Amino acid sequence: MRVSLNWLRDYVPVEAAPEDLADTFADLGLEVDGVERIGAGLHGVVVARVLEVRAHPDADRIVIVDVDSGDGEALQICCGASNMAAGDLVPLATVGTVMPDGMEISARRMRGEPSNGMLCSAAELRLGDDTAGILILPVDLDPGVPLAEALGITEDVVFDLDVLPNRPDALSMVGIARDLAARLGLPLVTPSSAVAELGDPAEGLVTVEILDPVLCGRFLVRVLSGVSVGSSPDWLARRLLGAGMRPINNVVDVSNYVMLELGQPNHTYDLDKVAGSRLRIRRALEGETIETLDGATRMLSAGDGVIADGDDMAIGIAGVMGGASTEISDSTRDVLVEMAWWDPMAIAISSARLNLHSEASLRFKRGADPEMPPAAAVRFAELLGEVAGATLHPGVADGRGDLPDRSPVRVRTDRVNLVLGTDLDRDRVAALLDPIGFTCTSAGADLDVSIPSWRYDSREEIDVIEEVGRTYGLSRIPRTVPRSPEGGSLNHAQRSRRALRRALVGAGLSEAMPLPFLAPGDLERCGLDPDGACLANPLVQEESVLRTSLRPGLLAAVRYNSARRRFGARLFEVGRVFGPGEFVVDTERSEALGTVMTGEAEHLGAVLAGADALEAVELLDVALAALSVGPLALRAERLPGMHPGRGAVVEVAGFEVGEVGEIDPVVLERLEVAERVGWLGLDLSKLLAMPPAVRTARPVSRFPSTDVDLAFVLDEHTPAAAVATTIRAAGGDLVRHVELFDVFRSESLGEGSRSLAYRVWFQAPDRTLTDAEVAGLRAEIITEVEQTHGASLRS
Amino acid sequence: MGDDPLLDELADIEVSASGRVREVADLAALDDLEAEVLGKRSRLTDIRSGLKDLEVEQRKVVGRALHEARGSLEAAFAARRGDLVDRERAAELEAERQDLTEALGRARIGHLHPITQTWERLEDVFVGMGFVVEDGPEVETDWFNFEALNLPPSHPARSLWDTLYLDTSGTPGVREEQVLLRTHTSPVQVRTMMRAVREGTGPPIHCVCPGRVYRRDTADATHLPVFHQIEGLVVDRGVTMGDLAGTIEEFTKAYFGESLTSRLRPSYFPFTEPSAEVDISQPDGSWLEMGGCGMVHPNVLRHCGVDPEEWTGFAFGFGIDRLAFVRHRVSDLRDFVTNDLRFLEQF
Repeated sequence: MRVSLNWLRDYVPVEAAPEDLADTFADLGLEVDGVERIGAGLHGVVVARVLEVRAHPDADRIVIVDVDSGDGEALQICCGASNMAAGDLVPLATVGTVMPDGMEISARRMRGEPSNGMLCSAAELRLGDDTAGILILPVDLDPGVPLAEALGITEDVVFDLDVLPNRPDALSMVGIARDLAARLGLPLVTPSSAVAELGDPAEGLVTVEILDPVLCGRFLVRVLSGVSVGSSPDWLARRLLGAGMRPINNVVDVSNYVMLELGQPNHTYDLDKVAGSRLRIRRALEGETIETLDGATRMLSAGDGVIADGDDMAIGIAGVMGGASTEISDSTRDVLVEMAWWDPMAIAISSARLNLHSEASLRFKRGADPEMPPAAAVRFAELLGEVAGATLHPGVADGRGDLPDRSPVRVRTDRVNLVLGTDLDRDRVAALLDPIGFTCTSAGADLDVSIPSWRYDSREEIDVIEEVGRTYGLSRIPRTVPRSPEGGSLNHAQRSRRALRRALVGAGLSEAMPLPFLAPGDLERCGLDPDGACLANPLVQEESVLRTSLRPGLLAAVRYNSARRRFGARLFEVGRVFGPGEFVVDTERSEALGTVMTGEAEHLGAVLAGADALEAVELLDVALAALSVGPLALRAERLPGMHPGRGAVVEVAGFEVGEVGEIDPVVLERLEVAERVGWLGLDLSKLLAMPPAVRTARPVSRFPSTDVDLAFVLDEHTPAAAVATTIRAAGGDLVRHVELFDVFRSESLGEGSRSLAYRVWFQAPDRTLTDAEVAGLRAEIITEVEQTHGASLRS
Repeated sequence: MGDDPLLDELADIEVSASGRVREVADLAALDDLEAEVLGKRSRLTDIRSGLKDLEVEQRKVVGRALHEARGSLEAAFAARRGDLVDRERAAELEAERQDLTEALGRARIGHLHPITQTWERLEDVFVGMGFVVEDGPEVETDWFNFEALNLPPSHPARSLWDTLYLDTSGTPGVREEQVLLRTHTSPVQVRTMMRAVREGTGPPIHCVCPGRVYRRDTADATHLPVFHQIEGLVVDRGVTMGDLAGTIEEFTKAYFGESLTSRLRPSYFPFTEPSAEVDISQPDGSWLEMGGCGMVHPNVLRHCGVDPEEWTGFAFGFGIDRLAFVRHRVSDLRDFVTNDLRFLEQF
């Protein structure tokens, strides 16, 4: 809502500085989106007469104009627009003028031709939004006269207010003035009109029937005669322009003016064109069509409201837009003006479905004032009489349907203070409410409050309490801090998630956050089950599937980075994944960890290309240590989207919780990822739900340890972890630690075989082990590994 | 006595030998010189051997001079040896000199996403203020996301949220537009209250609910279809709008710094009443719009099984991405989801 300060002063004698007013509006809940100063940049702009327009010798888009700026001399100006002709009066910004946008006009040359000022469009002068051409002024002005004086423009400030959905009243000048007057303790002057009535009573000229009382709460009609359609006087046109509306003709302009002033949308009909002089308010028939004022033919559905004529033809869409068939024209003799109240919900649904959002529908869907129609009709008649010579017929046709219940609401003073944290007494509460029209009568310590008809949204005690808070000023409420009886903390899962993220960052991975939407086919391209939940109304098809895995997003991130020559990406993501039938939202929450590792990895002391899978396993150890869960087991398996020989299922405490290994190079080729990629995917929902390991201390032995190195030649398919398990089992309690320290392959070992070298530490808690004991353990381990795994000790 | 030639010779030996000790450049030469000057075949040893042939008086005098010369030369050798050992060690270490700056920037350091960093900072501040952290599902039902929050079907304010719905066609018992991606973290409030009532653990409730939310919005520099909010909820006996304003102010000081302050401006949300916008003062005197807040609407409490006559509550919600955006002076929100390492590694 654009609010002109000059216009506002018609209703409230406000003198505050615009900056202070902006703060006051904000404090009243009328958010200020912008403050515009009108007419402030017009110093130096004068009326000029165009003497000649000719082409620029060196430029197609520039014309040369000679103007008379009042001294009778020809002054040459170069101009980018060419909508003016010799004899027109135009605004000229003379040399030295500072334009509203801050630009200073200077004498200059354009493509070699001198230019001594600038001819201005309405937009450049902030007199309108027309940027298309130079503003052509009325013919009766004198060249040389300052433009502001010639047009009678006074400086003004326009506040662009963002009106909230619960404030239908603030979509009018009077409503805003009411709030301001109450806050500033100033008198509110509402327009009161007295108009002489002439001619036959309206009751005999038109009939109104409300067939659907739920749809239409009120439909008041008056008749005017003797309208001469023409353009509006300057003051009216300017007010509309300031409010952001384009002047059309005096009838439309008065209609808009009354809506802006009083918040009452209204509509005019050419009475002669209304068949049977009957207006019947009913729901539309499914598929019924109507040509609206904007020239479009619209198909209606059964929920929409229409105004039909005596032939039951729709001549208007209720509360949204009028029809073309009854539009006012130059030949109009008698004008019907409609002032209605429509059911807000019906209008909201209608205008949304028709995608037709008018100034009228905006006000009706938020709830207009059902008591406003009689006064608004008289105000309309008064203004139309003034600007179009219309006279008002006596009488009204006033149809009534269902209106909201407006019985008084009991407002408990204690409750006001309990909700707001204030210490107001009953009379103070009443004094805050009365000026904004919430009339209070005492009921013991409490109040019975009549909610004004212009506050559709307000109907319960809490709504009134909100008004008390707003008018009192939220900034004046004493600030207190409540204390939680429990104290704050993170729970185990929240702490573990943080520990996990930090461990991964410590391991050199950065956190990615791709959008969780996938394109159809993304999952399949990653070698995963293509089934995913789909959006019913995605913005674009590329973002229509909800991810079932973090893998596509992370692989896309790898591709993005390597395409920009940022190779070796190591990324992780912690985020939700969604099952293909994610409709039972109460039960399962699937949170996942995904990590991708690319580039050459250092493994077991040697830099190896293609060690990404092994590195992913090391990362798995890091992750599980951070989450404090175990024990871990890997089970080699052919997994979807994974390298057939480099993938394993991750088991923790016997539960399958994810997969680790290398992404299938075929998938990577398909995705145009040039690098090998190690992958670790974990089901965090399961891992975070596991009870954390409680660690009890074991005494550290004071006695020296002995270590033994054993290298075995084994089949490639024998898991190293299984060999280590055998070593531990064979060595028993005296084995303190087993570490794989070398993996070796060579021709001499033969195809399909490798050597695994383990270092085994022995230690007893209560004595130094003898050489004989160690030799015995060593022999047992060798025998056991050879027998269990078909290995041979490498000498 | 001064003219005893032996004494003169001793003095000469001491002077010349100590001069040579000073000039020796390495330990091997020092060893050679020591053998020559103090060894078995040295002149000093000769003189010592000859002492027995001297007169008693002369033997005493020469003996003492010999002892002194020898002592002083031994000390000179020891000192010189110490010097040379130190010098050789120093040379060895100098040969091992490294330019430590070569190693700078080589470590593989990972980076937490700036949104996670902001998220955790917010959690920390609120935990310090006595809140616990709750979460909830991102796929929600219409009831939790809208209806329980005082937004019945066709409520005009629903158009404030451009909602993404799941395609549930073919799912028995699920009507169209019943399952959606939550448009705000507020349904977690509803779930938290209902659970507390069901399990008898509350109210009182003091919680924050950080999480990911969705809107049907085209990504541009200032909008993303997926972003993050943190929502706070306090429900207790006698909780007031003053408590809300005080909590916001305490948060402002803890998160932004002691010098900044907050203000509440009346606003409208269907799930709170009175409702307000939260602005935070900026060092340049302007106000930064942070989010919304208000007293939990009695209808919302009722929907959750909490009696609004016995309990009152407040709620607030801030945008996590927006705070990260402002803190790190990011120019385009899309940078948060592009996963360009050149961006991520700055944090």
